[in-house]
Amino acid sequence: MTSKIVVTGLGATTPLGGDVASTWRALLAGESGISTLEHEWVARHELPVTFAGQAKVRAAEVLTLQETKRLDPSSQFALIAAREAWADAAVENVEPERIAVEFATGIGGVWTLLDAYDTLIEKGPRRVLPMTVPMLMPNGPAAAIGMDIAARGGVRTAVSACASGTEAIANAITRLRSGEIDVVLAGGCEAAMHPMPMAAFAAMHALSRRNDEPSKASRPYDVNRDGFVMGEGAGALVLETEEHALARGAKIYAELAAGAVTSDAYHITAPDPEGSGAARAVLMALEHANATIDDVKHINAHATSTPVGDIAEYHALLRVFGDKLAGIPVSATKASTGHLLGGAGAIEAIFTVLALKDKVAPPTINLDDQDPEIKLDVVTSPRELEDNILAISNSFGFGGHNAVVVFRSYNR
Amino acid sequence: MALSHDEVLAGLAEIVNEETGIDTASVLAEKSFTNDLDIDSISMMTIVVNCEDKFGVKIPDEEVKSLLTVGDAVNFIVAAQG
Repeated sequence: MTSKIVVTGLGATTPLGGDVASTWRALLAGESGISTLEHEWVARHELPVTFAGQAKVRAAEVLTLQETKRLDPSSQFALIAAREAWADAAVENVEPERIAVEFATGIGGVWTLLDAYDTLIEKGPRRVLPMTVPMLMPNGPAAAIGMDIAARGGVRTAVSACASGTEAIANAITRLRSGEIDVVLAGGCEAAMHPMPMAAFAAMHALSRRNDEPSKASRPYDVNRDGFVMGEGAGALVLETEEHALARGAKIYAELAAGAVTSDAYHITAPDPEGSGAARAVLMALEHANATIDDVKHINAHATSTPVGDIAEYHALLRVFGDKLAGIPVSATKASTGHLLGGAGAIEAIFTVLALKDKVAPPTINLDDQDPEIKLDVVTSPRELEDNILAISNSFGFGGHNAVVVFRSYNR
Repeated sequence: MALSHDEVLAGLAEIVNEETGIDTASVLAEKSFTNDLDIDSISMMTIVVNCEDKFGVKIPDEEVKSLLTVGDAVNFIVAAQG
């Protein structure tokens, strides 16, 4: 019998709050973390999109000067979330060789990369900072965390666009099941609120342009949704085998019952409209969890608020759950947080875990007029959930990546 | 116009503070960058290029190794201003 894997620590810094407690409180209160960008570069570059989900607490308020100077903003968010999760789990006296990190990013150190290029062009090669390469590499956040918590059991980075955070958590399961590792710090981060990625996402018409009403812009499943809203931050989870957690008397939030990853091989950015790859990921994850569709009582959807994406996910869910789907409460939390890209799956996994622990599904704000083609039971105000249930969190990414994790209520 | 020793020291102290957070009052001529101020080679490289910008001098890489103390750096910069 394979060991259960459990969640024993949570950490986050998001557009809703600088930690898990404040983020969760704001989410349940139906707040929006989206606001107009005050940076001068928005007007200078005449960006077509002028708002985003900025981290509620600036990393510089939490970290040391040296940390902010030597880490890309993505790694700064990662470190903040990881430290909270690690302290929350109160991991002590574990051999470093049995601790691993699985920490994702969608884009990597894009601020560092582009700043360094500007410096090269304006001031020449001698002015390019010596830390540029370790700061921009996509494994930078995972490596920074690994150094911080002294993880010597392997530090890896899943990179699969907006599926990255969920994929990292799924990868952690494999590490823990191998028996080589006792504890994994898993999650994802993103800090891509730089004019270039903003311009690039806008150029592909992926971003909402509701500049006059930023807090209403992220509106999954609403008939007037017009794109996603960029968000930044990070989420981190401490995962370990149940025996290990019980032996050290750790508090347990939920069981991480399974994860699965599939790919569409259909189109580089468009989701497969039939959703077969996404559906396969859900089914595979449920099979690994020894569960059936009847066990699923809550879904944290990917639901980015793009016209095409939301409906494709609905079709995928319909393939899996059929007429059972109408009875499952679905939360689309990007309505409040915006889309954290590589960090999205991590914070949504945290929301799913807390939904099980607190027995409440978080609300989906801005659903004024539900798309008649999407017949989901969307949770619009906090809704009570039963005990002893299963919940899933979905993430999909450019490149045709589908990742799903399954959590189960934990009771001894 | 060339700056005095004191002016260069004050300017260098600001650069060190900006890069490392070390209090400007601790940046004294007799202090060693590595042993006393605990500044590593990565920060040192940034401090060097920022000094070049601020004081309009060139500090060649081979010269940096011999600038062990704050005073060594101040003397070099004052002399290099010509």
